[in-house]
Amino acid sequence: MSKSDRPEKGIASPSRRNLLKAGLAAGGLAATAGFARAAEPDPYNLPPNVADWSRYLGVGVDNAPYGMPSEHESEVVRRSVEWLTASRESSINFTPLHDLDGIITPNGLCFERHHGGVAEMNPTDYRLMINGLVDKPLIFTLEDLKRFPRENRIYFLECAANSGMEWRGAQLNGCQFTHGMVHCVMYTGVPLKYILEEAGLKTNAKWIMPEGGDAAGMNRSVPIEKALDDCMVAFKMNGEALRPEQGYPARLVVPGWEGNMWVKWLRRIEVGDQPWHAREETSKYTDLLANGKARRFTWVMDAKSVITNPSPQAPITHGKGQTVLTGLAWSGNGRITRVDVTLDGGKNWHQARIDGPSLPKALHRFYFEFDWDGSDLLLQSRAYDETGYVQPTKDELRAVRGENSIYHNNGIQTWHVMANGGVENVEIS
Amino acid sequence: MSRFLKVLTLAAVVSLGVGAAEAGKFGLGREATPEEIAGWDIDVRPDGQGLPEGRGTVAEGEVVFAEQCAICHGDFAEGAGRWPVLAGGWDTLKSQNPVKTIGSYWPYLSTVYDYIYRAMPFGNAQSLTPDQTYAIVAYLLYMNDVVTDEEFELSKENFTSIRMPNEDGFIDDGRPDTPLVSEVQPCMTDCKEEVKITKRARIIDVTPEEDGETAGINVD
Repeated sequence: MSKSDRPEKGIASPSRRNLLKAGLAAGGLAATAGFARAAEPDPYNLPPNVADWSRYLGVGVDNAPYGMPSEHESEVVRRSVEWLTASRESSINFTPLHDLDGIITPNGLCFERHHGGVAEMNPTDYRLMINGLVDKPLIFTLEDLKRFPRENRIYFLECAANSGMEWRGAQLNGCQFTHGMVHCVMYTGVPLKYILEEAGLKTNAKWIMPEGGDAAGMNRSVPIEKALDDCMVAFKMNGEALRPEQGYPARLVVPGWEGNMWVKWLRRIEVGDQPWHAREETSKYTDLLANGKARRFTWVMDAKSVITNPSPQAPITHGKGQTVLTGLAWSGNGRITRVDVTLDGGKNWHQARIDGPSLPKALHRFYFEFDWDGSDLLLQSRAYDETGYVQPTKDELRAVRGENSIYHNNGIQTWHVMANGGVENVEIS
Repeated sequence: MSRFLKVLTLAAVVSLGVGAAEAGKFGLGREATPEEIAGWDIDVRPDGQGLPEGRGTVAEGEVVFAEQCAICHGDFAEGAGRWPVLAGGWDTLKSQNPVKTIGSYWPYLSTVYDYIYRAMPFGNAQSLTPDQTYAIVAYLLYMNDVVTDEEFELSKENFTSIRMPNEDGFIDDGRPDTPLVSEVQPCMTDCKEEVKITKRARIIDVTPEEDGETAGINVD
């Protein structure tokens, strides 16, 4: 596509109504879930007229003591897929990745995953117990935790089952649903090392078992090397207290590793000499292979990327011409070093531009600007990390793991952009 | 010694001086009492660590299960609606629809005790007595044909003698299991002659499928 192909402004741009129809035809979900609704402009507000907001005073300070997004952003919300789970208390919803930019997820949009609902915990009655293979079992209050030296770290958190519905083929139309079990915030908290060392680790301390104070009593086994490396007990996200649904008042942070291990409402850490083989690391969060054997302790989230715009919930509404493609990439093994994108289903690839901070185990934002000629596109992105890992195709993953894994699907995603700007989730040869 | 190292050494000395009597300790928190630990330390490991005193038979378990569990898991642990199936599923792990039950999948019995006591019944966690929990676990062993005698009694004493059928079904993480850059440099130009769409997302609504099929994932 060259600049000379660029059409005149306003020509060949699909009407809103047609696009909505296209979205419906392409995916169904688009119509009910998150399809941006742009209203027709009101000429009264446009130049040369002077809009009411330029003429009359607006509301004063303290109109909203805790500020909320514009009413025009009411579509930007977490969404769930009802049929996925038997109950709301043990369920999941998804971050609206297609509506966001940069690398930080707003607190209220971080996806939720609970196994026994949200524990409504009183910070005054919060206690963290450390017991097991320690010199002195300890109990900390929240205030105690805040007296340790603090760290601020930006990390992504991805559910091991993110993209799990896509193992057998394209299923859901929307990157919110295919990739929205990920978020990235700045945590403020205490290195777990300090807390464990305060109790004093015995020489045979090899594992820890963090346990939640929720009605699921979530428990996982974490090797001591990881616990002493970069784990944190966090009490703030993006500068403010953890949201209740993210583990208020304190949660475990296990950078780069699957979200299930980031135990929320953390109430206890037992130190031991062997793993516990808890339900969430045997019955669940194990990766069943085609030969009937299952991998266990598959903790790391491998390098992955997805194009968030255009995507099924974010079609191209402006017609031909200058177009911004953007997306997210991340790796549980460190920094993303490069992202390639293709517009033609992998015939030719282009190196995307990473913009914003490049931090280990954090989301990275990439862009690729191009001149769309209005023809069908097959979009993919391919991430590389600093360990030399390259994001594989879904078929490469299936070849080694089969289709029953559920977890750790980091395969390359394909979006089909149609001539009318609508986008559908596909797989290609 | 370089200036940099001298500064580092000095910093180490200063930080030691600032710390409490024991190195690396901040003097925060207080000692947990045995009573406090006993109330919260509910975990059970495959080697039996954490098992409380207690016992329960298959027949006793059947009664407790019918009262406390069957509404979601079915009278025979077959699962009701979308709730987890707890028994059966043998020889399904290689199939298109693996049924991962306690009998077909779970490697250790301790996981059953640990999870039931900490999280079940759903919505009333940590309400079962150790005897009730032993009895439910015994009933689930019976429903999974791991024990075949209705008179069987599970207790702290005989717990670790029970081996689960799929104990050897688990292997270590095999990743990375796809080629690294050092092995296969990804192609950038003229990589394919032709590209075809092979799969499309279903025209899907956010409602359950008529046949209850759930696209290869079951989150619970």
